[in-house]
Amino acid sequence: MSQILEPSPEMIKNDKIYKQMGVSDEEFALIEKILGRLPNYTEIGIFSVMWSEHCSYKNSKPVLKKFPTKGERVLQGPGEGAGIVDIGDNQAVVFKIESHNHPSAIEPYQGAATGVGGIIRDVFSMGARPIALLNSLRFGELTSPRVKYLFEEVVAGIAGYGNCIGIPTVGGEVQFDASYEGNPLVNAMCVGLINHEDIKKGQATGVGNTVMYVGAKTGRDGIHGATFASEELSEASEEKRPAVQVGDPFMEKLLLEACLEVIKSDALVGIQDMGAAGLTSSSAEMASKAGSGIEMNLDLVPQREAGMTPYEMMLSESQERMLLVIKKGREQEIIDLFKKYDLEAAPIGKVTDDKMLRLIHKGEIVAEIPVDALAEDAPVYYKPSKEPEYYRQFQSMPPYVPKVDDYKETLLALLKQPTIASKEWVYDQYDYMVRTNTVVAPGSDAAVLRIRGTKKALAMTTDCNSRYLYLDPEVGGKIAVSEAARNIVCSGAVPLAITDCLNFGSPEKPEIFWQLEKAVDGMSEACLALNTPVIGGNVSLYNETNGTAIYPTPVVGMVGLIEDTDHITTQSFKEAGSIVYLLGETKLEFSGSELQKMLEGKIFGKAPEIDLEEEKQRLDQLLAAIREGLVQSAHDVAEGGLAVALSECLIGTGLGAEITINGDALAGLFSESQSRIVVSVKPENKEAFEKIVQAEAIGTVTNSGILKIVNGNGETLIQASVEELEQAWKGAIPCLLK
Amino acid sequence: MYRVKVYVTLRESVLDPQGNAVKNALHSMNFNEVEDVRIGKYMELAIGKTDRNVEEIVDEMCKKLLANPVIEDYRYEIEEVAVK
Amino acid sequence: MKFAVIVFPGSNCDVDMYHAIKDELGEEVEYVWHDAQDLSGFDGILLPGGFSYGDYLRSGAIARFANVMKEVVKAADEGKPVLGVCNGFQILLEAGLLPGAMRRNEKLKFICRPVKLKVENNETMFSNKYDKGEIITIPIAHGEGNYYCDEKTLEELIANKQIVFTYQDNPNGSLNNIAGIVNKRGNVLGMMPHPERAVSELLGNTDGLKLFQSIVRSWREAHVTNS
Repeated sequence: MSQILEPSPEMIKNDKIYKQMGVSDEEFALIEKILGRLPNYTEIGIFSVMWSEHCSYKNSKPVLKKFPTKGERVLQGPGEGAGIVDIGDNQAVVFKIESHNHPSAIEPYQGAATGVGGIIRDVFSMGARPIALLNSLRFGELTSPRVKYLFEEVVAGIAGYGNCIGIPTVGGEVQFDASYEGNPLVNAMCVGLINHEDIKKGQATGVGNTVMYVGAKTGRDGIHGATFASEELSEASEEKRPAVQVGDPFMEKLLLEACLEVIKSDALVGIQDMGAAGLTSSSAEMASKAGSGIEMNLDLVPQREAGMTPYEMMLSESQERMLLVIKKGREQEIIDLFKKYDLEAAPIGKVTDDKMLRLIHKGEIVAEIPVDALAEDAPVYYKPSKEPEYYRQFQSMPPYVPKVDDYKETLLALLKQPTIASKEWVYDQYDYMVRTNTVVAPGSDAAVLRIRGTKKALAMTTDCNSRYLYLDPEVGGKIAVSEAARNIVCSGAVPLAITDCLNFGSPEKPEIFWQLEKAVDGMSEACLALNTPVIGGNVSLYNETNGTAIYPTPVVGMVGLIEDTDHITTQSFKEAGSIVYLLGETKLEFSGSELQKMLEGKIFGKAPEIDLEEEKQRLDQLLAAIREGLVQSAHDVAEGGLAVALSECLIGTGLGAEITINGDALAGLFSESQSRIVVSVKPENKEAFEKIVQAEAIGTVTNSGILKIVNGNGETLIQASVEELEQAWKGAIPCLLK
Repeated sequence: MYRVKVYVTLRESVLDPQGNAVKNALHSMNFNEVEDVRIGKYMELAIGKTDRNVEEIVDEMCKKLLANPVIEDYRYEIEEVAVK
Repeated sequence: MKFAVIVFPGSNCDVDMYHAIKDELGEEVEYVWHDAQDLSGFDGILLPGGFSYGDYLRSGAIARFANVMKEVVKAADEGKPVLGVCNGFQILLEAGLLPGAMRRNEKLKFICRPVKLKVENNETMFSNKYDKGEIITIPIAHGEGNYYCDEKTLEELIANKQIVFTYQDNPNGSLNNIAGIVNKRGNVLGMMPHPERAVSELLGNTDGLKLFQSIVRSWREAHVTNS
């Protein structure tokens, strides 16, 4: 392989080569000042990735500061590989969500697969055993061949990685909307379990300790992935294909088992995943967090290809690699431990006390940068923010009232909308049972996993209705967190904390930055009200295609604790004779609804209202009733409104229901008013339930296999066999993919 | 030094669902001329100096590991290359 | 009775198998690493599911050359029960302990879901606690479970009653709906569905438990007669 001559420091400056790497003129001047000289090619490469939005959060930091991050159970907030929450008995739950949007848009299978691989490493690098995966996916309308291809390949990529490594993919969500046409979202979440004493951090402490490299060899794949993730997608992006890496789940399985063994060794000082910006970010961040420096000899880095330059090695995003700091003199133990798993562990450097990242290649110093300049002290920008014109218009619109002639046909059509329709086609491809802890499989409000050897279980979900966020990011942000909490409580759990993945358009546009600000405001308020601090997450900006941004999509990943597996609750009705209750008030709210989108082909108007105090009170009441054993089923009323929710409670049960809607039929059936839950209760528990929960009895579960909904005068609004509802709901996605 | 190219394909009697899927895709793209698609594996081995008969070794490797004779056929090409 | 759960690099249902035996069946069980040289201390051998060696090349193709496989063959020759589930079944096929081979699922996708199986032969050491013709629900989770063998082999499988389980609603294109087969001697069972995932009330399905109970019953009977 012929060596391409790297540009000299003078050329980098004079020809503004740094601009191709996403470094601005001002930033270049700052770099020159920090170093007291011109950066060489390796150094400018290192700065460019560390100062990218993906690694530095330079555009979002001021906004992220608003999130409440503390709570009595929080053991680790944002800043490490993943956040940690105490769940008692010396155990804790570790979780994080992260985006892999841009790689998935270019190479959907590998993009999604490596997204899963990366988030798993974030969790086991904390010392935790990963126990579950979830995914939040967004695609364009399921009509174009390109979108179908992206959808099928992303799902296959998630399945390919998760199934092979043997971590169950238990839940998530998939939504379809034209705004994601050219820029799909692939957010992967991993949940892990840990004992308190095993918690590890990514810190390089102890001068003289050894820096070790473990896992796959370094190749030229993925160079500049972090910078790539921080740019808009354009026609030219397709040509940047080499930036996408290939995942090796088998390698990661070995790495996972070996790392969980090394965690138990007192020779280990610190451990961090080599994710975005690979060797660069892991070393700089570990040193910066510890207030130390790191010196590495790049000749010792295991390499897959011949003749790699320091620039290539430092910027490679080859997958399945970890960086460890090991007590001096204990290296051989670690080498032997990894050898058992057929893995290579190589000492490549040492911890120093001079707060510098120093790289040596072929006997020469090829880079020397203060670590703090790369990590903590990266520039921060306060972007201008401006209320968009569309928002003002939406706010002034009168309430939208859809025109519906036939309620039954409308219900069937709603059940066929891909966003509402059964996602069985998706989760059939995921091994959601491996490790045999999955009590509630995909398809209910939240997935539930038991914790072996205890009475406890964990509930987990991801949620975000981006349509509400588009109409009103602040209200939509509140709804996203509240809906997640509702799903968690419906499963019988108390919400613990959230992780978030903020997917937005370009922050350079004041209107987009305004969306980000407002969404975070709304989410923060909901997190405070519902007592679910933010323990970590990820920001993905520049989600635009040819200048058009996606809907603001701050995906919320929430985990809840179930104290006793007897409290586990699912959405399905259980037996004939049960009383059906509706919790919460129904208003005439159709803006941003599935029905509005279906009928009008677009959304407009004011987002549905939400009262956080009311939400909290309702969830507390429901959870109390569940813990008393009074609730047979609970299901959040979401997209499509009550008629869809009731259908979902019935499908697969063989049961039917007779429901009476007092008041406006249209709103009663299809409004998307928030903070509503459908609950079923045994008749003998009626009094006890009503003492705890404020709710309206709206009907009973029957043996008929028919959903019958009547109005206050007894006139039938909808009468449909559950079988035909099920056919519409289950058949929609396979049919669209044919 | 030898460069060996090994081709492994499903035996003709064995249904090839992947091949069928690709054939259908090609048809849907109006490549109606395509009558059949069989998908297989292609491997490249670099074999260093050896006293044994290279063809024998390669055949043994194919039988033992590289192909599964129950469902797969194999063939190979062996090329001697000068060591640089 | 003491079981060995063989762990290959990339096995991932080893934990499920281990806990099914220990927690639900209540028998002794140990993990055995793929380079083990001796299985003489075990009464039953379990090859769990997963992606041994990443399933690269072909499922099970590389695992069959692991050191421990010589010992597995020996245990099978001695008449000890050997059960291979999913990837374990694929390894048994590659190792030649069972006839046939696996192809990719007909629809080319990985499938994970509970499926209905019919107990075709309840006279094996793996199925004697079931009724003949009993319909049980056991989950599958595989991408290559489409069983194939030539006609002659199929005739033999039928004649010798080696087909133990069949699918009620064939999910993967398997020949003759085959879900699980035994060797001629009847002490090596390979099956794609995961009985170890169907042993817990909390997880909603205990149909797989009888398979393990069958092994223990047969072993106890043989053990008592022999001693």
